Amino acid sequence: MTLATERSPELDEALGPGSPVVVFDRVSLAFDENVVLRDISFTLIKGHSKIFLGASGSGKSTVLKLILGLLKPDAGVVWVNGERVDRLSEWELMKVRADLGMVFQEGALFDSLTVAENVGFKLLEEGMPEERVWSRVDEVLGFIGLAEFADRMPSELSGGQRRRVAIARAMSYKPRILLYDEATTGLDPITADTVDNEIIKLRDLEETSSIVVTHQLRDAFRIATHEAVRDGNEIRIVTAQGSKAEEAEFIMLKDGGIHFEGNAAALRASRDPYLRSFLS
Amino acid sequence: MLTHTERWAKAAILEVQEYVQLLAAVGRAVVTPPFYRRDVVLQFDAIGIGSLTVVSLTGFFTGAALALQTGQTLDRFGARTLVGQLVSASMIRELGPVLTALMLAGRVGSGIAAELGSMAVTDQINALRALGTDPVRKLVVPRVLAATMMAPVLTVIADTFAIVAGWIISVTSLGVGSSTYWTQVLEGLYLGDAWQGLVKPFVLGLVIGTIGCHVGLGTRGGTQGVGRSTTNAVVVASVLVIAVDFFLTPLLMRVLY
Ligand SMILES: Nc1ncnc2c1ncn2[C@@H]1O[C@H](COP(=O)(O)OP(=O)(O)O)[C@@H](O)[C@H]1O
Ligand SMILES: [Mg+2]
Repeated sequence: MTLATERSPELDEALGPGSPVVVFDRVSLAFDENVVLRDISFTLIKGHSKIFLGASGSGKSTVLKLILGLLKPDAGVVWVNGERVDRLSEWELMKVRADLGMVFQEGALFDSLTVAENVGFKLLEEGMPEERVWSRVDEVLGFIGLAEFADRMPSELSGGQRRRVAIARAMSYKPRILLYDEATTGLDPITADTVDNEIIKLRDLEETSSIVVTHQLRDAFRIATHEAVRDGNEIRIVTAQGSKAEEAEFIMLKDGGIHFEGNAAALRASRDPYLRSFLS
Repeated sequence: MLTHTERWAKAAILEVQEYVQLLAAVGRAVVTPPFYRRDVVLQFDAIGIGSLTVVSLTGFFTGAALALQTGQTLDRFGARTLVGQLVSASMIRELGPVLTALMLAGRVGSGIAAELGSMAVTDQINALRALGTDPVRKLVVPRVLAATMMAPVLTVIADTFAIVAGWIISVTSLGVGSSTYWTQVLEGLYLGDAWQGLVKPFVLGLVIGTIGCHVGLGTRGGTQGVGRSTTNAVVVASVLVIAVDFFLTPLLMRVLY
């Protein structure tokens, strides 16, 4: 076997044009005897979104934690913005994480801090003058429509509001990659739509790349098939046109591997029995 | 497939290794910036001031009981007047540090483990790291510093309450005069005792703070896990307090006298 064939197509794609921001190359991870990921490879292109589907426990959160360097793979390579996060020290990772925003599964808001302090946490840590921090916090809370909740404690918020604050906290420092872990799970359809709209707005108007983890197909398709457009002073969410509709890619995890990879149309057309049962 | 014993041994070694790594990380974080002054002050208040009542009460009742017990024992040797010496020596050298540390293990060790444990299971620790903040500096160092620095202070307070309680019992039910009691209290005090009474709680406070943080940060398995961690922190810290005291006592005796 030659060197060229040993390299996975994902890595080849990564080395060519197209500006990949996150690359997994044959990543494996097991907790004791529980193999969670086996030889996972994929590439996220700048400004695009990747939607991870899979049953509970299929390793979706684990993928996001590997990107952040919160977990280290047993084998394989994880590139984020050209850095090998799988072998960086905790100290070196801080620089990579500055360009990553993570919305944790249950929000993971700091419950001893107010909404505003949560959202401004990183900016304050970085030593930005307080005045500028609070004006940025106002701006971000306005963007997600929670300006009047700035002084509340997280425990006083509803589930949907907590998720939106978590999004606000992740976007406050303008990272170019956003990771959403089940941001809509457990929300009613109307609230879920408002959260999905934030994800679409950030992707299309702020040009962030995003990885969206969900096991709710409804939200997955909404994010894949809609786009945000500026209409004068107004922002509207409309059905995606042309190539935009093809852009978002789905990855279905099952038994440690990638069971399906493709866009919304391919997913809908698939005849695979497991996918069909997931889709219905 | 590993046998049960092998798996247990592996887990135990890993646990100790992680604890030592935490100690090293704390050591590094104490001497290099960034420091979180506000969090340190908050923890001194929560751990130090918050434990005053429980420690004072413990000291008071221990001192009173000690005076009653030793009064009776000393009677057999016709040496009842020595009660002040016995109360002060045993409190300052042994009971003050150990009982204060046990109360702190119950109150502070469990509190730290529960707080950090619930942060761990709700991904707040991961969120801190994702936002570029080192949890050791932000959460562990303030708690360990507060436990280590406040334990000696609280021990001195417990000792004081115990000696005062001993005085009250001596005067009211043992018929030992005030001046006899206080003379004996001072008579029984050596400089080495005072040092021992301060060094011990310093080490025990460090043990309680670091065990609470280590157990808390390692919490897995949701709300149930938090409950388990809280119990574990108290049990491990309490046993370690007594064991460390046992090994520290001969060592300090050799160094300080
Ligand atoms: N820190 C950990 N220690 C041990 N096992 C873990 C840990 N994190 C996740 N797992 C296990 O890994 C598997 C995948 O978890 P996760 O990535 O959270 O799944 P998902 O997000 O798809 O529901 C599960 O079986 C889970 O129990
Ligand atoms: Mg998950």
